[in-house]
Amino acid sequence: MNHALEEQLVDAYYGELDPRLREHLSGCDECRLAFERIKETLDSVREYPVPERDASYGGQVWTRILPSLPEKKSHRTWLRWWTLVPATAVIAAIAFFAGMLTQSRREPGFSPEARQRVLLAALTTHLERSQILLTELVNDSGVRNDWTGERERARDLADENRLLRQTALHLKDGADAALLDDLERVLLDIANSPSGFTSEQLANVRERIENEGLLFKVRITSADARRKEQKL
Amino acid sequence: MESSDSAVAGQARQGDQNAFRVLVERHSRSVFRLAFRMTGREEDAEDVVQETFLRAYKQIHRFDGRAAFSTWLYRICANCALDSIRARKSRKEQQPAVVDENGTATHWLEHLAAPNPSPERLTQSGQIAQLIEPALQKLTETERIAFVLRHYEGCDIQEIARTLGVETNAAKHSVFRAVQKLRRALQPVYDARSWGMAR
Repeated sequence: MNHALEEQLVDAYYGELDPRLREHLSGCDECRLAFERIKETLDSVREYPVPERDASYGGQVWTRILPSLPEKKSHRTWLRWWTLVPATAVIAAIAFFAGMLTQSRREPGFSPEARQRVLLAALTTHLERSQILLTELVNDSGVRNDWTGERERARDLADENRLLRQTALHLKDGADAALLDDLERVLLDIANSPSGFTSEQLANVRERIENEGLLFKVRITSADARRKEQKL
Repeated sequence: MESSDSAVAGQARQGDQNAFRVLVERHSRSVFRLAFRMTGREEDAEDVVQETFLRAYKQIHRFDGRAAFSTWLYRICANCALDSIRARKSRKEQQPAVVDENGTATHWLEHLAAPNPSPERLTQSGQIAQLIEPALQKLTETERIAFVLRHYEGCDIQEIARTLGVETNAAKHSVFRAVQKLRRALQPVYDARSWGMAR
């Protein structure tokens, strides 16, 4: 048998050792040495430490995911106080600070960090409120007829979203602008839907949210923004 | 006596939320370890853990018990980790270089993020992680997921191929390329050690 290929030695390390190769390794110092080198590297990579999580971690994860699981309770239980914050206040804050940021004007008393913090707070709140609305839609059992409240919230969120997206675009933040663009299209679909979703329309919106991984992207971006905000 | 995962998953499939809670409590730590190895970042791993269980909850009716529940869950976790890495990568690639009035490059979300690991992180991870994590970062997302599944989870190539949605040969090649890159990245350490021993 010819000398073993590196790929065969890697397979051998993971327990897939061809009988002919096993025989060859027992008689070939060169291949055995090559195998030992691979083994040494791969054994050392096993020492990659992972931060520990204690026994209560499972309970903590459960607590965090519980609000996002499909609920048997009334949809109103989803509402949090900040989902009821008038959108106009948020929009005014975004517009004011986004304007200052994009026009590079310097307002006495507002440091760049302060403006940054307000934008991050606005983005986080917006994404969290959007996440709740989308989660409700995805998890809805489809038996309701009246979606008036959701449509109004979607319209408010779409207005906020437009400002945030324009700010992100102005600042050449393609990733956030793209996410906000995807989100805006779904929000507008919801806002412009007839007062009662047909099961087919609901299925279409759900499919878009799920196929595009929109909820997950919103959750990641929101968590990211929240962390940055806390660092400021 | 503790019920098997399969029995508990059966109850969860019937809509028993408490049964699903049992599964979350049993598997969160192992899913976190897997997610951390795949993403290399604690906060991303936390997001992936949550998303994994959310997707598992929604798809529990698809769990048919042919594979172990943990295997099924790890497959979901790997897909979430892939999404997370791609999202992170896309955000990084599109980082704008906005310059503020002081001439400092900034970003409306990231401008104060520390580029280097914190002292605590370095202490926690130790010297080995300092070498291994940068080496793992040189892998593509597919190579990294394939390698983690193979190396740490002991998955066979067919299982990795199914998880990644690629052909068996492609999965095998991803693992092999990952090993090659890791060897290249870690080689200077071994060379230095051999040199030290030879003196």
